[in-house]
Amino acid sequence: MSNNNKPDKTELCRLFRRFIAPEFVISDAETLKPYECDGLSMYCEMPLIVVLPETVDQVQEVLRICHRYQIPVVARGAGTGLCAGAMPDATGVVLSLAKFNNILDINSQTRTARLQPGVRNLAISEAAADYGLYYGPDPSSQIACTIGGNVAENSGGVHCLKYGLTVHNILSVEMITVEGDKILLGSDGLDSCGLDLMALITGSEGLLGVITEIQVKLLPIPEKAQVVMAAFDTVQQAGDAVGGIISNGIIPAGLEMMDTHAIQAAEDFAKAGYPKGAQALLLCELDGTAEEVQEYIQQVEKLFLTYGATSTRTSQTEAERALLWKGRKSAFPAVGRISPDYYCMDGTIPRGQLAHVLTEMQKMSEHYQLRVANVFHAGDGNLHPLILFDANVPGEFERTEEFGGKILELCVEVGGCITGEHGVGIEKIRQMPVQFNKQELQQFNAIKDAFDPEGTLNPGKGIPTLRRCQEYRSIEPSEEISHG
Amino acid sequence: MADLSQQLQQQVLDARSDKRQLNIVAGNSKASMGRTTHADTLNVSDHTGVISYQPVELVLTVRSGTTLTEIEALLDDNNQMLAFEPPRFSEHSTIGGTLACNLSGPGRPWAGSIRDHVLGVRLINGLGEHLKFGGQVMKNVAGYDVSRLQAGAMGTLGVLTEVSLKVLPKPAAVRTLSWQLEAKQALSLMLELAGKPKPISAACWIEGQLYVRLSGAQSAVDATLKEWNGCDEPDSDNFWRALRDQQLSQFQSNDPLWRFSINPAAEIPSLDHLSIIDWGGAQRWYRGHQDKHEMEALAELAGGQVSLYTGGDRTADVFHQPVPALQEIQKRLKASFDPDGILNSGRLYSWM
Repeated sequence: MSNNNKPDKTELCRLFRRFIAPEFVISDAETLKPYECDGLSMYCEMPLIVVLPETVDQVQEVLRICHRYQIPVVARGAGTGLCAGAMPDATGVVLSLAKFNNILDINSQTRTARLQPGVRNLAISEAAADYGLYYGPDPSSQIACTIGGNVAENSGGVHCLKYGLTVHNILSVEMITVEGDKILLGSDGLDSCGLDLMALITGSEGLLGVITEIQVKLLPIPEKAQVVMAAFDTVQQAGDAVGGIISNGIIPAGLEMMDTHAIQAAEDFAKAGYPKGAQALLLCELDGTAEEVQEYIQQVEKLFLTYGATSTRTSQTEAERALLWKGRKSAFPAVGRISPDYYCMDGTIPRGQLAHVLTEMQKMSEHYQLRVANVFHAGDGNLHPLILFDANVPGEFERTEEFGGKILELCVEVGGCITGEHGVGIEKIRQMPVQFNKQELQQFNAIKDAFDPEGTLNPGKGIPTLRRCQEYRSIEPSEEISHG
Repeated sequence: MADLSQQLQQQVLDARSDKRQLNIVAGNSKASMGRTTHADTLNVSDHTGVISYQPVELVLTVRSGTTLTEIEALLDDNNQMLAFEPPRFSEHSTIGGTLACNLSGPGRPWAGSIRDHVLGVRLINGLGEHLKFGGQVMKNVAGYDVSRLQAGAMGTLGVLTEVSLKVLPKPAAVRTLSWQLEAKQALSLMLELAGKPKPISAACWIEGQLYVRLSGAQSAVDATLKEWNGCDEPDSDNFWRALRDQQLSQFQSNDPLWRFSINPAAEIPSLDHLSIIDWGGAQRWYRGHQDKHEMEALAELAGGQVSLYTGGDRTADVFHQPVPALQEIQKRLKASFDPDGILNSGRLYSWM
């Protein structure tokens, strides 16, 4: 393969327009502009070209051309990602899967759906509802985010502890390799012989291939769901209450915690009736058969009081359940109202470390002079600190980024990881060497080489190359945080 | 209880410099699976012990040579379990071997497989590097999911030294219902029941009898038991255990044993009446002398794959053959972990 005769932008557009409708090969600055970033808008780059193919054949042909000339390809779904994983490459092509938005089949007998990658997460459950079924993973962005992006990021949501992540809820994926070959990973069965490439692809952030079809599992809609809200005077008590529920053998459908800053912002925004004086708030959703939910709701209410809840409230109607969730689900925009900008982090920690991590984070908050609000998928230890800042104040974003980086390092230090569900992308690539040593990163790079030796699929994301690790290490601020 | 990881690492390094191939063995209860190969034994069975277990975190980390017996006794004390119900082919069966072979029991369609429950691993790759992937938390998307990639890799990518798993509370109640049905009707009832929001946790048809297990809150199990109107099987634990461990009489023969992993609704008329239909239809067992290519064609028509699980010619390929493009990727992936091909080469496929 040679890239001696690498086509220029005009020539590349001409090549693409031979098989893609001309209006879906975008090359003018104004139309390219919306593609310059994903949900993490601090990281921007204008792509060379955006293509919106309409058939799998076209996707294959785009990849073949890019492979021939070693042109970077960044696959893109709805662009709701929060790690700059879909940020374009200035010399490359953004391959938008937006046109692939059809639900190909819903099979009520096998409880499965075949989907094109551009189908929105929520649209799956909406379509499956006619059959009494739904799709489990429900990331906060589910109104907009697409299933292809969910597979690329191994998305979670508030129901992970009981219903798993994307990787637990898919049966097969059709993928186009960097060379443009179409392969099928997985099957209609629950496992396949040989190496589990589907597990490897899930969460690989577009570095190993481009997904063109997904078969997901659907679940029967539970007969009943109810949520218990409980307020606590300390984060420690709330954390202990979470442990208490699990020790009692109950796995809630959702178990969410908010700290005092998040409670206040959410309540001002959603008027859900959250107790604004509380230091911590828990939302515990139980689902299942009517009998089971009744049994567990009583147990959970009692447990919360045993662990020192100052008040509890249980949803009695679907409307009340929706209202109690509304505060939590709108926590991010609610925090957006009390600060010009916010930066959402995504570490995971062993649940027992929560109080320690929040205390340390408070010290950092004082050190960096930046407020931080916390929402926490308490059931599975996934912490979302929201750092409040003002991008118009010179240096404040840089301070925010450094603060965020320190939080992630703290997560690793206590036995957790740098990202629970948002992915590494560009955003957390500097923290990868904190979680993984040189040999481990080398192994990741070797895996990448097995799929994409030229490194043209989503370059610069997810896995740092070793040269870059050293660069990152050398620019680490030498100044230690004062804990005093 | 001992940490032998340094010795194991040294043995891999030595094998690499001597250009010797290694066959990784722990409890040796799964030697009949995969292909037969000839290589020096790398014994992991003394690399044992629980590294951490905090019931409230629902996470267990153990050395790979730890036996399932020991793990399950420990979990039992805390009223927890490995929800994927690992088969115990002998009392020596280990967690490392279970992960390498991706083995899960009757509850797999509902509770998930070991692949679904693994959170992290440490392994020694073919370069003799001792590496850590994943972690001890439920959610972790940093880097490629190397931990889950080990499930079913048959040790071809590395010597597993530690495994972190999600564990779950035991259900408060477990009951079993049965119906006398032909295969076709049983399959259709399994699928119908699995579509209901009830605490179903296993469904298996064997010799004209459909067994459906319910697990969960006492109230949910009791109510479903009444509603579903089958025969209440009083002492079914032994049945599910025997099915899990392949101790039922149907497994006791030297004839080749075939395992189909297919679309749960698929019918294979030529085999159905002779099979065990487990996993709510998604796993079928069949004993007999058949041509592998013909079995593969049947499995593909049924939306899945087949493997010659035990018996038959084990020097030939026993797992479903992937298409050339997938063979190529798997070979390259194997080489990325084990460039000299010293770890369990040939156990999974003749060509890697």
